[in-house]
Amino acid sequence: MKKIKYSEITPEVVYKKRRSFLKSLGYGLGSISLGSFSMINNSFANTNLNEPTSYEDITTYNNYYEFGTGKSDPYRKSQEFKTKPWTVRIEGEVETPIDLSMEEILSTFNSEERIQRLRCVEGWSMIIPWMGFSLSELLNKVKIKSAAKFVEFETVYDPEQMIGQRRPVLNWPYTEGLRLDEAMHPLTTVVTGLYGKTLPNQNGAPLRIFVPWKYGFKSAKAIVKIKLTKNMPVSSWMDASPREYGFYSNVNPKVNHPRWSQATERPINGDIFTPRIETLMFNGYGDEVAQLYSGMDLKKYF
Amino acid sequence: MKKYFKPIIFLLSSIPFIIIISKIFLNQLGPEPIKEITLHTGEWTLLFLVFTLSMTPLKRLTNLNIWISARRMLGLFAFFYASLHMLTYIGLDYQFDLSAISKDIFTKKFIFVGFTAWLLMVPLAITSSKKMMGILKKNWKKLHRLIYLISILGVIHFLWLVKKDLTEPLIYLLIIVILLILRVNFNRSESKIS
Repeated sequence: MKKIKYSEITPEVVYKKRRSFLKSLGYGLGSISLGSFSMINNSFANTNLNEPTSYEDITTYNNYYEFGTGKSDPYRKSQEFKTKPWTVRIEGEVETPIDLSMEEILSTFNSEERIQRLRCVEGWSMIIPWMGFSLSELLNKVKIKSAAKFVEFETVYDPEQMIGQRRPVLNWPYTEGLRLDEAMHPLTTVVTGLYGKTLPNQNGAPLRIFVPWKYGFKSAKAIVKIKLTKNMPVSSWMDASPREYGFYSNVNPKVNHPRWSQATERPINGDIFTPRIETLMFNGYGDEVAQLYSGMDLKKYF
Repeated sequence: MKKYFKPIIFLLSSIPFIIIISKIFLNQLGPEPIKEITLHTGEWTLLFLVFTLSMTPLKRLTNLNIWISARRMLGLFAFFYASLHMLTYIGLDYQFDLSAISKDIFTKKFIFVGFTAWLLMVPLAITSSKKMMGILKKNWKKLHRLIYLISILGVIHFLWLVKKDLTEPLIYLLIIVILLILRVNFNRSESKIS
């Protein structure tokens, strides 16, 4: 496999900033005083918070327990993962179940760049330039029965290749779900690429879901099955700890989590002086998605 | 050998600090450096608590008093790393946003026990000198038994913050429980002798 140099992809601003970090830190510690610290602090306060996170950070800092629970495990342990051949099955409450090969999917649907915010339930965030298309386009390939109310996503189960699946850390295969109207929302994306390139294995290759207004774990990776169901699916995280992880898991600064602050988040950029920023309701996508939940008590249905 | 024992322990105990400082300067902490610093200092706090608790059993096992001479320093290093851990959280992570921090302390139980453990270490650090030992006499030993509670709170802090994989905190728990049981046994056999 051809290795891509990070410098070729990382936006130049981000790249340069990382180098200049050392310099400013040097100055800061050289003259030890609180004043110099806050000076640095200010100069970094708004650095690139609206720029996409660097390719390096997006591809080396991942939660993907199929390859291990450490943040760098997916990068280190997924490089040999085989994504060819790959088939996605759409089944359940549909007129005729179908199997789509990855080649068919890539030739049928046009992937466009979609820069979306990722908010992890652990209190950190990234801005990611995905390549992808709306899940609704894919679902429109089948006739959905009127009984279907939910969509369940299933990640591939392959402990031979996914060493994290050899231990029962979660109830494998990884399962996630959305309400049908959430799944049909145009922001719900089928991701096929990143930074204009093929999706790296550690980010969920060859195909993953991305739901930008929900915590990251809702966006299942390496999808092999999409099932339309009558009943609300039980996701792997709900199964692991129903008190902590609800079915909806919309980004919501008002719903407290026993471990992580959900009121604020730390933008990932490898800089120790970047302050936390406020977490926005629906991760900032409220205008687009709030109407999906009108009349619902989102503290109860967290 | 005895002359060099304490300076060697001091140098060895400083290595985790040197490592983290050099990683900061060499920009080797990865995408979420604050978390790395927090984990590193937290882990070393627990390890130094384990080291401190190991000195008495080591003395009994080896019949060498030299271990006891390192105990105070190891305990102070535990406090040093715990304080760096706290400062990272308060200063770097929350940038001294005291309202957010106090909210955290009272809504997140793992932060509450962690903070409590650190608070309990403060009087031990203050009274660690020979002079204070003289002043407090018998009460000194009583006071410094707090380290048992502190280590247990430290492990609970770790257990409660882990998302899914409990292996690591459970290993610490096992080690600390073994060290505490060893003490109970020693104390018993001691009282039998006397």
